[in-house]
Amino acid sequence: MFKTFKRLLHFASPFKMRIVWSILWGFMTIASGIGLMATSAWLISKAGLQPSIADLGASVVAVRFFGVFRGVFRYMERLVSHDVTFRMLANIRVWFYTHLEPLAPARLLQLRSGDLFGRIVSDVETLQNLYTRVIAPPIIALAIVILMGIFFAAIDFRVMITGLAFILFGVTILPLMAWWQGRQFGPPLVKTRGELNATLTDSIQGLADALAFGYEDAQYENLARINRQYRTQEDRMARHDSLQVGLGVLLVNLASVAVLWVAIPRVEGILLGMVALTMIAAFEAFTPLALTANHFAENIEAANRLFEIVDIPPAVTHPEKSQETPQKGRLQLNNVRFWYDENARPALDGITLTIEPNEHIAIVGTSGAGKSSLINVLLRFWEYQEGTIQLDGVDLKQLALQEIHHFFAVMSQRTHLFNTSIGDNIRIAKDSATDDEVRYVAQLAQIDDFIQQLPNGYDTFVGELGAKLSGGERQRVALARMLLKDAPFFIFDEATANLDAVTEKMIVNAILDVTQTRTMVFITHRLTLLEKMDRIIVLDEGRIVEIGTHQALINKQGLYAIMAQHSLDVLHLMGAVG
Amino acid sequence: MDKRLFAEAQNARGAFRLTLFLSMLNAISILLQAFFLSRIITLIFLGEQTLEDVTIYFYALLAVVLSRALINGFNEYVVSQISILVKEELRHRLIKHLMKLGPAYVKNERSGELVLTATEGIEALDAYFKNYIPGLFTAVLVPLTILFVVFPTDIVTFIILLLTAPLIPFFMALIGMAAGRVARSNYLAMGRMSAHFMDVLQGLTTLKLFNRSHLQIKTIARITDDFRDTTMQVLRIAFISSFALEIIATLSVAIVAVEIGMRLLAGTILFEQALFLLVIAPDYYLPLRALGTKFHAGTEGAASAERIFDILDTPLPDMSDAVLPLPTKLTVTFEAVTMIYESDTRAALDGVSFTLNQGERIAIVGASGSGKTTIANLLLRFSTPTEGYIRVADVDLQKLDVKAWREKIAWVSQTPYIFNASLMDNIRLGNPNATHEAVEQVAKLVKAHDFIMAMPEGYNTIVGERGSRLSGGQAQRIAIARAFLKNAPIILLDEATSNLDYGTEAEVEGALNILLENRTALIIAHRLNTAFKADRILVMDKGVLVEQGTHTHLMAKGGIYRKLVESFGSMTYV
Repeated sequence: MFKTFKRLLHFASPFKMRIVWSILWGFMTIASGIGLMATSAWLISKAGLQPSIADLGASVVAVRFFGVFRGVFRYMERLVSHDVTFRMLANIRVWFYTHLEPLAPARLLQLRSGDLFGRIVSDVETLQNLYTRVIAPPIIALAIVILMGIFFAAIDFRVMITGLAFILFGVTILPLMAWWQGRQFGPPLVKTRGELNATLTDSIQGLADALAFGYEDAQYENLARINRQYRTQEDRMARHDSLQVGLGVLLVNLASVAVLWVAIPRVEGILLGMVALTMIAAFEAFTPLALTANHFAENIEAANRLFEIVDIPPAVTHPEKSQETPQKGRLQLNNVRFWYDENARPALDGITLTIEPNEHIAIVGTSGAGKSSLINVLLRFWEYQEGTIQLDGVDLKQLALQEIHHFFAVMSQRTHLFNTSIGDNIRIAKDSATDDEVRYVAQLAQIDDFIQQLPNGYDTFVGELGAKLSGGERQRVALARMLLKDAPFFIFDEATANLDAVTEKMIVNAILDVTQTRTMVFITHRLTLLEKMDRIIVLDEGRIVEIGTHQALINKQGLYAIMAQHSLDVLHLMGAVG
Repeated sequence: MDKRLFAEAQNARGAFRLTLFLSMLNAISILLQAFFLSRIITLIFLGEQTLEDVTIYFYALLAVVLSRALINGFNEYVVSQISILVKEELRHRLIKHLMKLGPAYVKNERSGELVLTATEGIEALDAYFKNYIPGLFTAVLVPLTILFVVFPTDIVTFIILLLTAPLIPFFMALIGMAAGRVARSNYLAMGRMSAHFMDVLQGLTTLKLFNRSHLQIKTIARITDDFRDTTMQVLRIAFISSFALEIIATLSVAIVAVEIGMRLLAGTILFEQALFLLVIAPDYYLPLRALGTKFHAGTEGAASAERIFDILDTPLPDMSDAVLPLPTKLTVTFEAVTMIYESDTRAALDGVSFTLNQGERIAIVGASGSGKTTIANLLLRFSTPTEGYIRVADVDLQKLDVKAWREKIAWVSQTPYIFNASLMDNIRLGNPNATHEAVEQVAKLVKAHDFIMAMPEGYNTIVGERGSRLSGGQAQRIAIARAFLKNAPIILLDEATSNLDYGTEAEVEGALNILLENRTALIIAHRLNTAFKADRILVMDKGVLVEQGTHTHLMAKGGIYRKLVESFGSMTYV
């Protein structure tokens, strides 16, 4: 836990000076509050003795001074502390992203949670409280303790002891109680809240299924049960919270009574008011500490979760810069073996293959045959264990990741579009693309017409906040993107799997039209115009079992012929073929 | 808006009254504490008494201090209770209402947003009831009580207190309104910034493929920095307001102190009274200042509540006459059914008529958006036709008992929902009374048994929201298993095998054929190879039923269907 905290502190270290200033202002704010009460009490007590006005002059000024300057100090403190907080937040995001980036996608797939990213965002936001709620309060409290110690010591030793005793109680015991209570009741409450939220999500997003299966009453009962459970736990938490509050109030006021009691026989009457009132005022610094314990715990948990992700070693290491840049070269795989997990069957089991520039290749096979693994390994998302892969004679492992991604363009089954305009989504491929270039590729991808009839054309936002594109439309945008990238090697990984027949045909035709002079690899389990492919590679259990043209493979009467035959039979029956 | 949330709390009426009473007591105890304190000090300082003489006042003081602690602690508990009860109640009502509104409403609104309202939105009410409301009560009761006591004690102080106090809420409101608008747009900006961060994380692979992932680092830094800049500008306004409030409070105390001091000098006020006023003054302003910080908890809670009540106010469809029992013959007829969804201008279905006879197998084909899923929704009574009728035998579907009707349909949807429960229970959705063996049998039929057994706890593995994620193909097989278990006379398949790869699809098709035997079936299909074996095929185009007939008949006709099949056919399937 403290190790995590040390790491956390690194986020704050670039802002040391600002933090120091902020703490200083915070201290001055509370000290002014104490000063205000001290000087006011002094003023009144002195006035009670009915001296001349002149005697009071200084105290009047002092009172007014504290009255005004407390506000000033508070303003300064707020300004600087928020500034620090936001800067820290920026730092944390950048740091996290920088460390996450090399882990994608391989390592992220291993992490189970569906709402991984939601959690990350909220954890990062929790950390922004690190300064204001965890670091600052104890330091300010300590400074005030010292101030009060000195102040009381100047008045009377026993008074100081009494005061410090109460303060110490407030600074240690109460926060510790809060901490303990947090540990006791926090986790089960969080867990139940998680279940409650899951049940609420189920009730809302699973409503159609629930209604269709007559499950709605049972679901409602389920919810009622968890709701009750949650209430019971909240109730328990509330009881202890109330105890905390009560003790807090007791401590402050009792402290003031106690120091008064101790002071009376030992201290001049004129100082009594000061003693009692400053004691109360000082607690402004200590009461927040009860919450500090809980915020500390929250921060540590959030940090642990983030560090857990960041500490994962990346799946692949690669050099910063390549020695050579591959041109439009040949791809050579030599006896490549790859497994995701040591204990599992190899996903690729001795692949030897050469793809010449401008070849059009299809890779087929059932799921688990190794098609996607091949792509993962080519793109260096995963590291293959044995064999070599060479691009124009250069080993893939010698190339920088940028080079490799520059060389390949990929369209996969589900295209991610960013919450920005369609135009910008396409422009991801080439930042400096002109509007004409964007339109050109969109036309090639047969999506230009569709975009033109949107309310804002290319400036229309997509995603959550904007237009909802159908599967076919998304894939066409993805195609436009690929074309803008203009890479020599195109890979289509189940790119039309989710589309209906008509749309699929349109997209496939669009693709074939524009990829005459590129190397192309189609991965699919539903093929398109296999007859037009230069070669078809049939994978089974990580091995290449057949290679050849469509006709050659049909003649061979092997696995491919069997797979194709089944579909052809169906199509014959439909009267669709021949 | 506030009023309605208040009204919610009336449900915890007793607790509400109690907290009012306790706040009152708190105010009184504050006054008593100040009274005894000032008395003790006066007696010692000017009255020349000793500790023994004032011991009795110390006991009194002690009693007051203890009571104050008890009152505050207990009050905290009471307001927590209010919050807990209100939240629980609202959750119930919200879900019940959403369930009655049905999938049509839930799908139209972004279901994610609804989930957020039901979870975080309701939790946000916590701050409203635990911080804002008590803060409000205290901010009213304490100053009023103090004023009430100060008035007979000292007019001048009374006037100062009276005049300065309203300044605080006044300033709060003034700057609150100005800052409010800016804060709201800032709040949106913050939402957008988080959304951007999330977007980038989710699209990380895509960014990498386009060599843009590194650039994002700069973008994230820039966006967060910009946000800081604009937020700080907004906050400057907020800070000036708190500066003003702070100044009013502390300067007023200072003014009170000075003016009391002057009058003490002049001898126009007693020391004990002066000290009493000094002790009481900070307590006068404290609740008002505290309200400032709690105010935004109030607005957040109010905003959440607004959304919640929005939903609760949405009128429910009138199902009161849906009481008739089912006819014995389950023939379904669509009579010129037109369906226009609320937010759309185009009709999803336009004058569609067809009959589904018992035992028939009908396929519905057409491009996406042509109306296929709408038919399924209407059949499941998730929506009501805008025009036209749907009849079962001769009875209007809208008049039949909904639950009884849905019992007769087994639905495999395009995106089956996996509940946060075990795989066993997910499959048992079809029939809660099914035995373990029955479930296993069915799972084997749909080729799900193997992947289930490969999971850490087999059938008991928790899946869904807080469990393991199932792939699209796995979820579909679970859905088909549900349909099997349900054993209903009508089967509704919506793209039931779209997520399965060739091998699995072939295997599952065998199971589907068993399922469809001797039942009435409505099959919505993208893949024409599942559709063509149907007794009849309905071809939809932009909401209109354009062709109807057997496969052979439609092929001969040479219309839209034939074109669809030809596209399908020119792509060889392996």
